[in-house]
Amino acid sequence: MSDDEEIILSELSDDELVQQMFDDLYDGLKDEIVEAVNILLERGWQPYDILTKALVGGMTIVGHDFRDGILFVPEVLLAANAMKGGMAILKPLLAETDAPRVGKMVIGTVKGDIHDIGKNLVSMMMEGAGFEVVDLGINNAVESYLEALRREKADILGMSALLTTTMPYMKTVIDTLTAEGIREDYIVLVGGAPLNEEFGRAIGADAYCRDAAVAVETAKEWMARKHNQMAAG
Amino acid sequence: MPDALTALLAERDWILADGATGTTLFNMGLQSGDAPEFWNETEVDKIRALHSGAMDAGSDLFLTNTFGANAARLKLHDAQDRARELSRRGAEIGREIADAAGRPVIVAGSMGPTGEIMAPMGPLTHEEAVAIFQDQAEGLREGGADVLWVETISAPEELRAAAEAAARAEMPWCVTMSFDTAGRTMMGTTAEAMTRLVEKLPNPPVAYGANCGVGASDLVRTLMGFGEASRPLIAKGNAGIPKYQDGHIHYNGTPELMAEYAVMARNAGATIIGGCCGTTPEHLRAMRAALESAEKGPAPDLAEVSAKLGGFSSDSDGLDGRAPTRDRSASRRRRPQA
Repeated sequence: MSDDEEIILSELSDDELVQQMFDDLYDGLKDEIVEAVNILLERGWQPYDILTKALVGGMTIVGHDFRDGILFVPEVLLAANAMKGGMAILKPLLAETDAPRVGKMVIGTVKGDIHDIGKNLVSMMMEGAGFEVVDLGINNAVESYLEALRREKADILGMSALLTTTMPYMKTVIDTLTAEGIREDYIVLVGGAPLNEEFGRAIGADAYCRDAAVAVETAKEWMARKHNQMAAG
Repeated sequence: MPDALTALLAERDWILADGATGTTLFNMGLQSGDAPEFWNETEVDKIRALHSGAMDAGSDLFLTNTFGANAARLKLHDAQDRARELSRRGAEIGREIADAAGRPVIVAGSMGPTGEIMAPMGPLTHEEAVAIFQDQAEGLREGGADVLWVETISAPEELRAAAEAAARAEMPWCVTMSFDTAGRTMMGTTAEAMTRLVEKLPNPPVAYGANCGVGASDLVRTLMGFGEASRPLIAKGNAGIPKYQDGHIHYNGTPELMAEYAVMARNAGATIIGGCCGTTPEHLRAMRAALESAEKGPAPDLAEVSAKLGGFSSDSDGLDGRAPTRDRSASRRRRPQA
C-alpha cells in the first residue's frame, strides 16, 4: 500500500485497527493512538482489553526491537509518549473496574545519580506492560525507597545507577532491607549502564536487567514465581 | 600559535592519555552518592594524587576532576551556581601538577553530559545546554585547561551544544562519545555518524573518538567504524567489566589486557590512547611500555580483536549491514524522520 494513502482509522475493522495501532505505536504517533483508543471504547471494548491487546501488544514489539538493537532511546521515547496518550484515557476507566492487577513497582535512581533516562524508559515500558509504577525520580536515599515500598505496598523495587560512583549505593539499600527483615517481601531489580549480572548477584539483587525490555520480562517472571509461591504457601 | 594539544600531536605519533577518575576516587574513599567535584576544594591532595598517579605512569594528557561540574548535574547537590568555580578549581589543580612535570603534559578540562534529554524528545533546549556547557568551559579556561574534553556523550544534539559552548568560550576542544548499546550510543548514533557529525561542525574538535562503553574489544571495533578520519582519533576504553569485591568496584581487565588494547587501538587508527573506568596507573604503565616497544601495525580484523581482547557485546555495530532490522513492508504509516 502506498505511503501517501490516507488511513481512516474509524473505517478499519477491529483487527485491522489493532494492527494499525501496533504500527502507530512503533512510529510514535500519539494523536493516532488517542483516536484509536477512543474508537475502540465507542465500539464497546473493555478498557482492560484495549490496554492488553492493543497498547501492551504494540509496546511489546517496541520493547523487543529495543532489546535487539533495532530501535534506540529516541524511538522508544516517542513510542512511550504515544502510549501515554492512550493510557491517559484508559487510566481513570481502569480504576473504576476490577481489572486484574499485574503488579506494583517502586522505582528510582540511587543517591548521587541524576541520570534518569534509563529509569524513565523502564517506568514507561513497565506501564506499557500493565504494571503500576511509582516513580521516585532521581537521587534517592535508602529512607525514601523504604518509605515508598511500605506506603505503596509494592511488589517490586527497581533501582537504577549510571555512574560507577553511584552503583554501590544499591547495596546499601539492599543491606538495609535485609537488616530490617523485609528483603524477602520485595522483588529487587537493578539496572544501569555500568552494571552487569554478576554485580547484581554480588550486591544481593534478585536480577540485573540489561534494558527496559528485559526489565519487563524479568518482572513478569518474578511476579509469576511470587504468585506460585503464595499459592503453594 | 596552535593550542598545546595540537602542538604535542605535531611532534608525536601517539600520546598516552590517563585512566579512570571516578573509580580511582572511589578507592580513595569517595562515598557513593557524593559529588567528586567537591573534592576540588575539600580534598585537594587526593585530586593531586589522582593526576600525579597518571602522570608518573607516563600519561601525556590527563582529564580534570570536573566531569559533573555543570549546573544540571550539580543541581542535585544544590550547587548549581558553583559549576564555573568548581570547574576553575579543578583546572587549577591540574595545571599545577602538569606544570611541575618537566615535560609537556596536557590539561584536558573534562566536561561530562548534562544527564538530561534534549528537546524535542526531552526538556533541555539547545540554548540552555549551550549556556550550561559554556559556564563550565569558561571556568576550565580560567583555571588553565589547555583544551576542553567533552566526554561520555550519547546524543548528537548534546554534542552540538558542547561544540557551540567551546566556540563561545574560544577554546580548542575534543569530544568522545560512549558507544555502549549494540555498538552505537544509547541514542543510536554509529561511529560513522559521529565522524559525519563532527566534520560538519563550524568549529570541529582537535580530536574525537570513543570512551567508556562496554569493553576494550567494542572500543577497538568502534575506532575502525569511524572510517576515514581527517583528524586524530581518541580511544579511552574501560579496563574490562566491573565486579563487586569487598565493598569496592573492581574492573577485571588486567594491565596485560590493557597493554594489548593500547597497541590494537593504535593499529586501529587512534592517536590519543588512554583508559576509562577501572584503568589504574599500573594499567597505564603497561600501556605505555607496550606502545613504546611495539611498532604501529596494520589495522586488526575483528576476529583478531575478539581473540585478544574478548568477545563483542553485540554481533553488529550498525555499520556492517548485518544489524538486525524489522520488516516494515506491510505497515502503512512510517515513523516521521527525526
